Amino acid sequence: MKKFQVAVIGGGVIGSSIARELSRYDARVVVFESGSDVASQASKANSGVIHSGINYPSSSLKARLCVEGNRMFQSLAEELAVPVKWVGKFVVARNEDEIAELEHLKQVGESNNVPGLEILDGALVKKKEKNISCCGALWVPTAGITSPYQLTIALAENAAENDVKFLLETKVVEIKKQAHKFFINTTKGEFIADVVVNTAGVFCRDIVAMLEEPDFNVYPCRGEYLVLDKAYSWLVRSMIYPVPPKHMGVLGVHITPTVEGNILLGPSAEFITEAEDARTTKEMMVSLLKNAKEIVPALPDNAVINAYSGIRSKLASAENGGWADFRIEESRNTPGLINLLGIESPGLTAAPAIAKESTRIIAGLIELKEKSNFKLSLNRAKCFSEMSENERTKMIEKDGRCGRIVCRCEQVTEMEVINALSNPLGARTLSSVKYRCRAGMGRCHGGFCTPHIIRIMKDNFGIDIMDIKLKSPNSRLFTGRIREGAQA
Amino acid sequence: MIEHSVDVAVIGGGPAGLAAAVSAKEHGADQIVVIERNSWLGGILQQCIHDGFGVEETGKSLTGPEYAEHYINMALQRNIQIMLGTMVIELKGNREIVAVNSNGLHNIKAKSVILAMGCRERTRWNTMIPGTRPSGIYTAGVAQSFINLQNIMVGRKVVIVGSGDVGLIMARRMKLEGAEVVAVIEILPHPSGLLRNVVQCLEDYDIPLLLNHTVTNIEGKERVERVTISRVDKNMKPISGTEKQIECDTILLSLGLIPENELSRMAKVEINDRTGAPSVNQELETNIPGIFACGNCLHVHDTVDMLSIEAKKAGKSAAEYITNADRKQYETVIHVVPGKGVRYVVPQRINMHGKTELMLRAKKPMEPATLQVTANNKVLLIKKLLCATPSSMIKVDIVVSREVFVSRDVLEVKLIG
Repeated sequence: MKKFQVAVIGGGVIGSSIARELSRYDARVVVFESGSDVASQASKANSGVIHSGINYPSSSLKARLCVEGNRMFQSLAEELAVPVKWVGKFVVARNEDEIAELEHLKQVGESNNVPGLEILDGALVKKKEKNISCCGALWVPTAGITSPYQLTIALAENAAENDVKFLLETKVVEIKKQAHKFFINTTKGEFIADVVVNTAGVFCRDIVAMLEEPDFNVYPCRGEYLVLDKAYSWLVRSMIYPVPPKHMGVLGVHITPTVEGNILLGPSAEFITEAEDARTTKEMMVSLLKNAKEIVPALPDNAVINAYSGIRSKLASAENGGWADFRIEESRNTPGLINLLGIESPGLTAAPAIAKESTRIIAGLIELKEKSNFKLSLNRAKCFSEMSENERTKMIEKDGRCGRIVCRCEQVTEMEVINALSNPLGARTLSSVKYRCRAGMGRCHGGFCTPHIIRIMKDNFGIDIMDIKLKSPNSRLFTGRIREGAQA
Repeated sequence: MIEHSVDVAVIGGGPAGLAAAVSAKEHGADQIVVIERNSWLGGILQQCIHDGFGVEETGKSLTGPEYAEHYINMALQRNIQIMLGTMVIELKGNREIVAVNSNGLHNIKAKSVILAMGCRERTRWNTMIPGTRPSGIYTAGVAQSFINLQNIMVGRKVVIVGSGDVGLIMARRMKLEGAEVVAVIEILPHPSGLLRNVVQCLEDYDIPLLLNHTVTNIEGKERVERVTISRVDKNMKPISGTEKQIECDTILLSLGLIPENELSRMAKVEINDRTGAPSVNQELETNIPGIFACGNCLHVHDTVDMLSIEAKKAGKSAAEYITNADRKQYETVIHVVPGKGVRYVVPQRINMHGKTELMLRAKKPMEPATLQVTANNKVLLIKKLLCATPSSMIKVDIVVSREVFVSRDVLEVKLIG
């Protein structure tokens, strides 16, 4: 039985942030992730927004950790070479009544110490965002955008390079506490840990229930998104939000540029019964477009190139308004179990602050001694599409594979695919490649690159075709050989 | 940057690029380079192991690789330079090409350029099919490449969405490899592919074709588990109450092909709304002098034979562009536009009087049909056709008199049922 001091359950942005924070210390840490890669649930399917902190009641944990996290984001992103853009956001009022709502948001924001808030009239907004028609808007300069999956992957990979053990496709099935130790039974064997950190997101209740009677429920709430072609990136420069709806505890359908240059429409908010039901629906696709068009009338119908959904982990039901604060605490009934419950928006923004907060709690339970050999940042190679002519020439001189482009749309080279597949987490699905080097993210959706990536998986990594997966443990791509014994 | 200077640079080493290169050589161009992104020539032909290629051109029914070999040999015999594994990353209006391969970056200065990039498949998201995102969803062409080029089987129980030719061919291919092909779903009231493929690939194998149907949901947590199909009304909207579930582990999408023109746009080549491809004149020259287009990046063809014939014309034009010093500088241009019943027409411009070949496609099936070409309400041509269907390209020669030409009237091409 393998022994660890800390077992983190869930490799989303929260679990990965905590793992990376803990990797600064001399502690044996393991992360169990049931998916085939980190960021396999809500952490890859959200707006990618770094929130300012105007939307949460003062004195709430959400307000404090959001504002703290926001301030930590720039340096974290630089350390990990993750893109971040401070594009700011407009909360737009469609009528005079909503202007009053803006005043309220501004007051809340100011009491949460959010700087630079300003209410602008419609004409001024039009000057900054020519495609937006509104009565007035609250300008929030400290809101930004990042790539949520790139951030999660970078956090996890940096943690792994600092000796945190990541176990993918490892589902926790049972936990027992005996003599101050947790005995964790997983699909990949049994483990012992002193501290268990529950960052299982929408499944956080299942983990608690293995040890005690939970005093809460999780209400999964699906959010669907539409992605627009990069050709329409001119529509907006900043994020455009409506005045938040009064119910559901969500921020409303907004229009968000991504760091890659696409635009997102969404998310919808729909309470669902099954926590894994991440489907998209025709009804929501139609309604998202309609909602977005009310704010940006110039939005064309044929600009959509993709749709996806993510599931929020809410602690309050629709009937109870859908709003509840984060819960980050050691369980009273099960000492050593640290629960992170109801981590929905602004969880991505708050992640760096949540990691510090959780580490403080853990430090009260086990001794955390700072490492002398912590590697601060990964040495990430620049990608081909960002290189200058000289850089490209030099790279190709060193290794010809740096000049073989296998993803046409995003100009990804064979070498970049090989690097993606050599990640320290051992994640080797088609999606692992896509989220690391963007092969397959362009407008042909993998039509050209997929056969090339499969060839690289087989030839360079010796992966059996029956083990090649799309993104999760049972998402096999193939069913066998056409002719056994024949060479491809 | 490795510098090259050539007479004709052909972008794409598929059937169009090869035929164009061979023809350019035969018409007097000397230094010709074909730039191909894959490590082989022949493009998609290499994964089309069924026969039926070359009937019009050679009188024999060849497989895709055999047809490709025919042109590859011709290109090699004529000392045409081939750059394999080479991706063009930039095309400039002055006919300079930046390309990259494992030897480095290349700057290719060409006297004329032939665009022959082919096409790509429409994806699930071009038609916004809702549902989950499990494994087991392939475009028909990607599945074909796995099966025929990599010896990999993609599924066991298949639903094919869309009845384009690749989908029809793949229905038969999957069946021959032991898969169960449950149905081919087509939203239109008629098949999108050629009639001969409907007969030879579906009817001969008892594979049902469900016309007026669409997929309204995809289910499956990790691998595809089932699809929901619905009947559609005249406006192609699903009729509620007609939903039916089909169990399957694989979905092949054959939703149509999109001409690849990212490079054309980069060079500021004018793109026609109807074809989503360059607008060209009767010599297949784009609005940028010396840049020509042919094959599936100009418009999607029914057969490779027709495509090769067109590509040879582009090769000839590109050669004449550089060899004929006193080539006329055309000043007058008349436009050709699709009228009633016509989805598109190529060429979109004519800049000389005399005989010109028009290629066009019907919007919907008509039996019989009358093709009419008019200029300012004056009828230039009337031709009776036994039938017109969107899946079969119509070719017709028209003669534009000097009178009509100087009047600069727009030529309108109509199909009347």
